[in-house]
Amino acid sequence: MSENTNGHEKHITSYTTYFLVWVALMILTFITVYISYFDFGQLNIAVAMFVASIKAGAVALFFMHLKFEDPITWLYALFPIGLLFLLIGMTILDTFTRIFPI
Amino acid sequence: MEEANMEHDAHHDLHMTPEEEYSSSKLGMWLFLGTEIMLFGGLFAAYAIFRAKYPELFLESHQELNREMGAVNTGILIFSSLTMAIGVTAIQRGKQMLAGIMILVTIICGLGFGVVKYFEYGSKFSHHIYPDTNIFFSLYFMMTGLHMLHVFVGLIVLGVIMVMTFQKKFDEKYSTPVEMGGLYWHLVDLVWIYLFPLLYLVG
Repeated sequence: MSENTNGHEKHITSYTTYFLVWVALMILTFITVYISYFDFGQLNIAVAMFVASIKAGAVALFFMHLKFEDPITWLYALFPIGLLFLLIGMTILDTFTRIFPI
Repeated sequence: MEEANMEHDAHHDLHMTPEEEYSSSKLGMWLFLGTEIMLFGGLFAAYAIFRAKYPELFLESHQELNREMGAVNTGILIFSSLTMAIGVTAIQRGKQMLAGIMILVTIICGLGFGVVKYFEYGSKFSHHIYPDTNIFFSLYFMMTGLHMLHVFVGLIVLGVIMVMTFQKKFDEKYSTPVEMGGLYWHLVDLVWIYLFPLLYLVG
């Protein structure tokens, strides 16, 4: 098999791995839908976002092959997530700390 | 650069080895996906603000959404991600026929997603719910609409890649476009993974 410029063998994920990830994603989806019928109050959104993040992680790591990527690709993948937290965090801070709300 | 090691395939007349092309394409694609996350990020920020400001409105409005349809679409999209991933592995192993069929299944799933969305929007409009009904539905139509736009773009991209796959343009030595198309399609799935609970499940 050919080599990347950075000298790693290109990783080929097996069909079985994909299938297992898909099963996990489906189970997690059922869990999110199921628990949405119960009311945990403020915890609702936290639980939903937690499960969604596990699903997103599984998609990125296995379907998008991030698990087998080099550090520079990880940097490219994680940097926008940092920016996203900055964007949302700063907007929330700004909106809810105004003395004279707009 | 070892010229002697460079393979000059008929279908690959670039000034790079396939490996170099793959590496740089991959970084470029991830950079683009980063900008896509930031594009949706603006809307997620708006969602966070308005949800915190008007929790009752969000709770009431989200009950108008059809949870079952949303769940069906989640299933369709996750399955299409599976078939796309299988397609990528297939082409990396040189199985052109299987790869082409898997991309075709992915496209059919994407179309199915669009059909469900069409009925969903239709039922909203028939209940006189429009983007200007309130801030929740503004965000709902904007976020799902922008996502739908990405599905359409993905369908065009995958359509081209599918035709090229069936024309045997890709094989185990050179499969970069299939892999890049796959990354894009998975991102569309990834965005929906957050949209579904935020809009349909927790109001």
